[in-house]
Amino acid sequence: MSGARMSALAILRSQIERIETAEVVHRHDRIALGHSEADAALKGGLARAAIHEVFCEGRQGAAATGFVTGLAGRVTAQRPLLWVRQDFSEMETGALSMSGLAEFGLDPRRVVMVRAADVESALRTSADALACDALGAVVLELWGETRQFDLVASRKLTLAAQSSGVTGLLLRMAAQPMPSTAETRWMLRAAHSPPGPMWSVWGAPRFDAELLRNRHGPCGRWIMEWKCDECQFSEPSAYSQPVAAAPAHRPDPAVLQQRRAG
Amino acid sequence: MVIHALNEVAERLGLYIGQPLANARAMCPDLKVFDADVVADAKTLSDIADWCDRFTPLVALDAPHGLFLDITGCAHLFGGEAALLQTLVRALARQGFAVSAAIAGTSVCARTLTRQATGSIVADGGEAAAIDRFPVSALGADEAITTGLRRAGLKTIGDVASRSASEITARFGARFSTLLAHALGQGDAPISPRKPLPDYIVEKRFAEPIATDTMIAMTLSRLADTLIAAMEKQGKGARRLEAAFFRTDGVVRAIMVETGRPVTRSAVVDRLFRERLDALADPLDPGFGFDMVRLSASRTEIVVQEQRDLDAHVHDSDELAALIDRIAARIGGKRVVVHLPQNTHIPEQAVLAASAQHHLTAAMQAEWPARAESEPPLRPLRLFDQPEPVTVPFATVPDGPPHQFTWRRAKHAVVRVEGPERIAMEWWRQDGKQLTRDYFRIEDAEGLRFWIFRDGLYEGEVFDADGKPASPNWYVHGLFA
Repeated sequence: MSGARMSALAILRSQIERIETAEVVHRHDRIALGHSEADAALKGGLARAAIHEVFCEGRQGAAATGFVTGLAGRVTAQRPLLWVRQDFSEMETGALSMSGLAEFGLDPRRVVMVRAADVESALRTSADALACDALGAVVLELWGETRQFDLVASRKLTLAAQSSGVTGLLLRMAAQPMPSTAETRWMLRAAHSPPGPMWSVWGAPRFDAELLRNRHGPCGRWIMEWKCDECQFSEPSAYSQPVAAAPAHRPDPAVLQQRRAG
Repeated sequence: MVIHALNEVAERLGLYIGQPLANARAMCPDLKVFDADVVADAKTLSDIADWCDRFTPLVALDAPHGLFLDITGCAHLFGGEAALLQTLVRALARQGFAVSAAIAGTSVCARTLTRQATGSIVADGGEAAAIDRFPVSALGADEAITTGLRRAGLKTIGDVASRSASEITARFGARFSTLLAHALGQGDAPISPRKPLPDYIVEKRFAEPIATDTMIAMTLSRLADTLIAAMEKQGKGARRLEAAFFRTDGVVRAIMVETGRPVTRSAVVDRLFRERLDALADPLDPGFGFDMVRLSASRTEIVVQEQRDLDAHVHDSDELAALIDRIAARIGGKRVVVHLPQNTHIPEQAVLAASAQHHLTAAMQAEWPARAESEPPLRPLRLFDQPEPVTVPFATVPDGPPHQFTWRRAKHAVVRVEGPERIAMEWWRQDGKQLTRDYFRIEDAEGLRFWIFRDGLYEGEVFDADGKPASPNWYVHGLFA
């Protein structure tokens, strides 16, 4: 490729960068998640006034829900949370349980649930909600691959989030990551409970979170533990007793392919 | 088969309602016969009643063939009683209906008039004179009473009226004497309108029907301005609004929006209707156009003015309520919910989803049970409405957790277990059919976490047909994060 063409490309790229960043009013508003490595990769934390996507396989729906709930808990900060979900996802992975949410460390009083019949109305509702600055966060839960959620729809959500300062969290269950205007994109799997003594067999929720795309920083993959009491993520708590590595820690060939997407 | 209804021509030939069809055919061989459809008749009557809403909001059904319209204070809008009657009869006749209409001071008197002659208008006090010469059957009393009157030689209403009321009551019952009194203009039976009278109504009529979306939207926003201005004078805000579109061909379409808080700004009304119209599954069909649009506030509330500017919290909750109203207008009020804790241990009944429009404040102030500190979550994040059955091959300990289970055709090997947590059903509410559940929190080899339960105590509650203990069923009730 000739030098002139390269420079033209570079100019165009910088122009696009400028156009994109010019709109970001709340750019520096970031919420630390509590996991130091992840926060470092995210340049201080999860950006507010942006869209974040969380993907998972169909059977990992609950783990991804937990992660999104955690993110929502971090960014809402005493403000209401609007949770938009499609009817179908409730049949597949069950309804979001408010008792479970309370046990998770969030306040069910601040959750308003929208039961959208289909993807179109879910998208429309979330775009409308993202423009309302009284909200802390909007979660849009979709099941399966959706034709309707394309780049245009994603751009609409991003613009709405940027103008109001509300954070949009997309929970995409049983879907493959696609190019979009999201600030970050995660792939979620459940991780094993923290190792412990025999009597404490059941531990805090743990996620095997892989950051597939990060607009303003590197990607990575971490085991993140959710602290229900403090309402934040943390490094996995270690236990002195050596344990065998769980299969979830092993890189999966399918995952390496997904990393290229987007 | 008997005759259920007939037209004027048939009546003139001497046929009558209730006559066997064979007899009727014998009298008139080329009789055209259709099957009676009572449901369709009722539907048509209610459609006509919808259409009559344009004359007055108080329309009552007088099944099977009649309608009462309370036109008190409405007649002048149509150029007087005679003009109103004429407009109504003409419009209905144009649609192919045979109409008999009358105006009188009491509903019973007006009905009696329609039985004999159409188009009569009786002024107050003239009732007795107007129906004096009518046969007693016009009163619409029971067949037995009508026959009884005739047998007693009382052929006309005037004859009956000339008798003393006590005599009539003693012979034909109090109900008939009341009916007679009403017909003669002494007191009136209240009609029961189909819809409650809205608190505020504004409407716009068009000489030339409108059909375009822009015109409809513009009309609605003008009407909203007028309506809000009228309500503002009395310090009211609207909680439920209804827009009715009257098509030229008589079809009426009503669209309702509800709000969580009283609306006091016309821009909000406008926006709500725009959302609603936009999201209609069967869009507004103007046909040949609408010749009238009516906007009414059927539920209103007194508005308490709050200090807006200084209190950010008030602003936020207002914004949220407005957002909820908009979403509800678009996708339906039942689809936007908040959650109220319930005082029960049964997991699927522990939370009540209530309409966010009506219960937002209650939900914001609800008392949720506190979670146990430094404990991992004890309740799953996702709960199935209907617990899903799983296959458990065996459990080593009879009433212990399973070692593996199959759910949705996938096998899960159990790695970690915690439990059981026993949840007994509420015997004071149930009819004894519900079984005690033992819940286990389970983690499988992949790290997925389940909340599964055994429905019924082992060898204690579940029995087969012979009365021997059977193995209880297992279910997945939720998924932990």
